[in-house]
Amino acid sequence: MTTLATAPAPGFEAPGVADFDLPPIFGPVTKPVVQLVLAAIIIYVAFRYSVRKPALVPSKSQFLGESFHGIVRNSIARDMIGPEFLKYVPFLTTLFAFLLVNNLFGIIPLFQFPTFSHPGVPYALAAMVWLIFTYVGIRHHGFLGYLRTSTWPPDVPWWVRIILTPIEFISNILLRPVTLSLRLFGNMFAGHLLLLVFILGGEYMLFTADSILLKVLSPFAFGMGIVFTFFEAFVQVVQAYIFVMLTASYIGTVLADDH
Amino acid sequence: MTIVLAAEELNPLVPHPIEIVVGTIAFLLLFYVLKRTVFPQFEKVYAERTDKIEGGLKRAEEAQEEANRLRQQYEEQLAGLRAEAARIRDEARAEGQQIKAELRAQAEEEAERIRQRGLEQLNAAREQTVRTLRAEVGGLAVQLAERIIRTELSDDARRAATVDDFLSELDGLAQRRETSPTAGGSS
Repeated sequence: MTTLATAPAPGFEAPGVADFDLPPIFGPVTKPVVQLVLAAIIIYVAFRYSVRKPALVPSKSQFLGESFHGIVRNSIARDMIGPEFLKYVPFLTTLFAFLLVNNLFGIIPLFQFPTFSHPGVPYALAAMVWLIFTYVGIRHHGFLGYLRTSTWPPDVPWWVRIILTPIEFISNILLRPVTLSLRLFGNMFAGHLLLLVFILGGEYMLFTADSILLKVLSPFAFGMGIVFTFFEAFVQVVQAYIFVMLTASYIGTVLADDH
Repeated sequence: MTIVLAAEELNPLVPHPIEIVVGTIAFLLLFYVLKRTVFPQFEKVYAERTDKIEGGLKRAEEAQEEANRLRQQYEEQLAGLRAEAARIRDEARAEGQQIKAELRAQAEEEAERIRQRGLEQLNAAREQTVRTLRAEVGGLAVQLAERIIRTELSDDARRAATVDDFLSELDGLAQRRETSPTAGGSS
């Protein structure tokens, strides 16, 4: 992807990090800030609308709300966490909805900017997840018990432990929030960059370039832009799902009695 | 790929503080509000639905049990009724036989009585006939004797003795005939 961007036609400035540095709309408020607030409002209104008349036989909107809640409740939380899953369902559902809407802002017309291609909120959310699973682990096993569950897998010879325990400590305790946030940020950032390359490149080919050949070929670039928009829609949903799935899995592993 | 791009002047890995603040507040607020208002409603509906379905199953089971109980009861009643009917039939048959026997006995008795009465009437008629005959035979015999002997019997006492002798003979004759009716059937 980056090789595409670093081999520009003469006069074409490839899209890069600068395109993610958006100007403020007013004061310090930028587009991602507006999107964060809007996402929260949209999610709240949608959920509120879906439960305005709760009934045993659900209306369409209630069914949609229940389905969304049910996916997180039954296919993520229950499978990953185990018997105590109900306590974590509200957090996981909110997290999934918040990630999903903010990711989909990347392809929704007029927004067209994935909020989490800026890493601030992914860091904050990953930190929150880290605090939660660390707290849950320490409360469940005690501090040493939590360390033992996370770094001391049973039935391992002592000479393997010399290497394994530091690795487990780093990967399970230090790196989990880092990978969690960077995975999300990286995917959103790269996906948006990819779309920029095709759309801005096509624009340059059609309007700026001198070569007739480039003008003729520009629909191909726009076509690829549309194809990758669909691909991004898929990636955005998957990334939101993976983030929530891993969160649930972390909570599940620290709650497990045997590693 | 982020590392390659991070080499540029603007570092995309550096977060914007305002996004962290606004994003965290928006998320936590959303979480709090949804947890308080929306998610309990979902859980309530799930619980009610489960309850309804389980309740329905339980009710169906109860109805099935009740139906089984009633069927057994009816079958028992039916068996009882069959036995009762059989008993009544047997009783009726026995009663019928008894009535028949009684009627037969009665009829036999009646027949016997009728026969007896016939016999008595017969006896009475014979007695009367014997009496009548005795009187007439006396007279006839005397007349016969008078005509045969052609003697005038003036002496009453003698005449009476003769008649009495004659009658005694006659009686003896009759008694003999009675005691052996077969032997004297021809005379």
